[in-house]
Amino acid sequence: MTDVIDRPVNLDSDDQGPVNPDHGHDHGHDHHGPSGLVKWMTSTDHKVIGISYTVTSLTMMIIGGAFAEIIRAQLVSPTSTLVSFAQYNELFTMHGSVMIYLFVGPFAFAGLANYLVPLQIGAPDMAFPRLNLLSYWLYLCGSLVMLSGFLTSGGAANFGWVGYAPLSNVTASPGSGADLWIVALMLTGFSAIFSGVNLVATIFYLRAPGMTLFRMPIFTWNMLITGILILLAFPILTGGLVMLYCDRHFGTHIFTVSGGGVPLLWQHIFWFWGHPEVYILALPMFGMVTEVFAVFSKKPIFGYRGMVFATISIGALSLGVWAHHMFTTGAVLLPFFSAMSLLIAVPTGIKMFNWIGTMWGGKVTYSTSMLMAMGFLFTFLVGGITGIYLASPPIDFFTHDTYFVVAHFHSVVMALVLGAMSAIFLWFPKMSGIMLNERLGKFQFWFLFIGTQVFTFPMYLVGLKGMPRRMAVYPNNPSWQSLNQWASVGALLIGISMVFFIVNALYSFKKRVPAGDNPWDAQTLEWYTSSPPPAHNFVSLPPIHSERPTWDYNHPDHLSLGHGNKEKAKAGS
Amino acid sequence: MSSLPPSSDSLSAEHPLPATKNKSKKLLLVLLAPLALAGCQVPSFGGYKGVTKTANSTFHLWQGFNLAAIVVGGITLAVMAWAIFAYRAKKGDGSIPKQTQYHIPLEVTYTVIPILVVVGLFVATVVVENQVVADPTPSATINVTAFQWGWKFTYPGTKAVVVGQTTASPIMVMPVNQDVRINLVSSDVIHGFYIPEFNFSRFAQPGMVNTFTFHANNTGLYSAQCSQLCGLYHSLMYFRVDVVSPSQYQAWISSKNASTSARTAIAANGAIVIQDNPGIPVIPSHSNGAQ
Repeated sequence: MTDVIDRPVNLDSDDQGPVNPDHGHDHGHDHHGPSGLVKWMTSTDHKVIGISYTVTSLTMMIIGGAFAEIIRAQLVSPTSTLVSFAQYNELFTMHGSVMIYLFVGPFAFAGLANYLVPLQIGAPDMAFPRLNLLSYWLYLCGSLVMLSGFLTSGGAANFGWVGYAPLSNVTASPGSGADLWIVALMLTGFSAIFSGVNLVATIFYLRAPGMTLFRMPIFTWNMLITGILILLAFPILTGGLVMLYCDRHFGTHIFTVSGGGVPLLWQHIFWFWGHPEVYILALPMFGMVTEVFAVFSKKPIFGYRGMVFATISIGALSLGVWAHHMFTTGAVLLPFFSAMSLLIAVPTGIKMFNWIGTMWGGKVTYSTSMLMAMGFLFTFLVGGITGIYLASPPIDFFTHDTYFVVAHFHSVVMALVLGAMSAIFLWFPKMSGIMLNERLGKFQFWFLFIGTQVFTFPMYLVGLKGMPRRMAVYPNNPSWQSLNQWASVGALLIGISMVFFIVNALYSFKKRVPAGDNPWDAQTLEWYTSSPPPAHNFVSLPPIHSERPTWDYNHPDHLSLGHGNKEKAKAGS
Repeated sequence: MSSLPPSSDSLSAEHPLPATKNKSKKLLLVLLAPLALAGCQVPSFGGYKGVTKTANSTFHLWQGFNLAAIVVGGITLAVMAWAIFAYRAKKGDGSIPKQTQYHIPLEVTYTVIPILVVVGLFVATVVVENQVVADPTPSATINVTAFQWGWKFTYPGTKAVVVGQTTASPIMVMPVNQDVRINLVSSDVIHGFYIPEFNFSRFAQPGMVNTFTFHANNTGLYSAQCSQLCGLYHSLMYFRVDVVSPSQYQAWISSKNASTSARTAIAANGAIVIQDNPGIPVIPSHSNGAQ
């Protein structure tokens, strides 16, 4: 279907090798530039950087997941001595930090976004390619700095991924692991800010002719809102980290009571970043699964404009809900933050129904990518509903800091992981030119999906029984043991699913089943060019009259229907 | 989609927020009427029924949220399952379905209904929340100081002091059927004062006193522990709450007042009671502008 597109055939396989998952470098298509490691280190091509980000962040997922497996192994018994109390505190701190700061975020807003946004809007690259490369290096260095905490004599940071003052001050946490954690977050924070600048600038200035804002794919729309949220939120965190560092080493008392400081200020600063951050992680995945639902239902996104407005309202509301993490401090205005937090369920619900509406009346194919997206839908429904509970202060009072909260955000984040996997299965052929194995993918899906539920549901229940989070042991409550064991079984299943994922990647690179330009009959612009795309992405572009130019080009008789199922007027066609 | 969760049945968006205690009580009754009608048939959904008056209201709110979640989540799940299973493409069916993209009335419906649900949940929340944070004139006051890694309970105007670390699990003695005010503070890092069966937790923070009231309905010994990560021995920072009859409480207080000479004594309930301050610093509360 794409052979009619006029563009030079570029099938020289020596020069077009796919990505190497171990090193994350892309041989690409530039006949004259460097190759191999040098190319990986110096290329400003958004595709190379996007793949570097993706591979690095998935490596972080494996590392953070390994920490989680140790945590779950410790909790199998109420008095386990697998790890010491100190090691346990380091492990859950680094598990949370690696997953949030080094995996989900960079994967979402810098990995696939870097790769896809220019392709989806018909641009040759990101707006600031060198800044983009700097962003990756800051991220990689920050990641290594954070993990190097384990090599210090005092161990890695151990005050939780939220680093609450005054536990994170130099008296309570004297080790240099804490300093490395702070510096790492400054580095990755700047990396995120630069990515945000790049996303916003690229989307506003580099769209191809005809690609109006309301013809952008939902993924790109979500990345625009994500980029804006990054610019609003991340500088606050970086500022807070500078204050924390000054408190620790330069004698300031910003978060220290003895000098007239206010520890609570840290929580305000942290969560003013931290709640938009939740949506900085979630919106990209929402965008990814939106594309997946459309592709594998062979339909346009249901309620495209409503979806865009829902994304914008989530972005706006997310800036006013931070103190729902602080209901139990007794120092925040409960009704306001409760109302804002409940309200954010409305646009999220709209998205949920739009996804369902996209499948409705379609021809739904159960590919691995689509199964992952369906798994996302269910898991996110659970996480979303329990999030509504926590928006109610009286309910939060007895669930805050218990495993109920841990279960809630693991439902949400595991939904995002399912969304990420869905996206990988959809776009891997575009990035590498070869297909992932579907059979191994389906094994991965079932282990991941069932594992996630077996992992989270017991945690909800043990949280309601009163088990606080971040407990190395629970000697007084042996009745919590069986639920904890079930959660550990779930974590193990999730771990096995990742083994299938790695095996699948290795197997697929060995098998090399060619993907072709558009193996899924997908709809957006990136599927119009070759797989992987040439150095400057496009040799030619189809006319752009909707958010799915490739579909319109391939199926001119099946354009989207407007309201009332009348064919939309096509301006300029 | 017409079935709304019970807690929002009687609710319209224009409903004014309760202004007086009486009004709010009435509204709560109306809101929770479906629950009351269902009586004991409404399951606990894994939550504690609650030992205190407000814990009980919180429990009913919890039940209401669960019923709402089952209705809304159930409908969503059913629609989702239908979309997933009913529209599965048959093998070899390469045809292209109708390219429907918009249905404005439907989209408006699934925007408006969630707003109504959320408004209902919000009103129920505010009613219960106002009860939980109410601060009536207390019959007894207990000052609680959390420290790494233990608890100190002092009773202002008396000489009773209870201190204990980690698994020693000190006991906070309080009278039943009376309003008991707790003044909570930390002497070092942030701790979480969490009593599962009271359906309540509150941060103990340095430099800031948190005040709240318990009105226990049942006597008994309840386990509790620190919920907020506070360093190395966080997982062992236990305490217990002993709710006793007012006369037992008075007897306990007077026995502590009488035995001023003894440094330690064993209380009737087995806790080691240390009369003198063993040197745990208490940071005076000071106004920090954050209430």
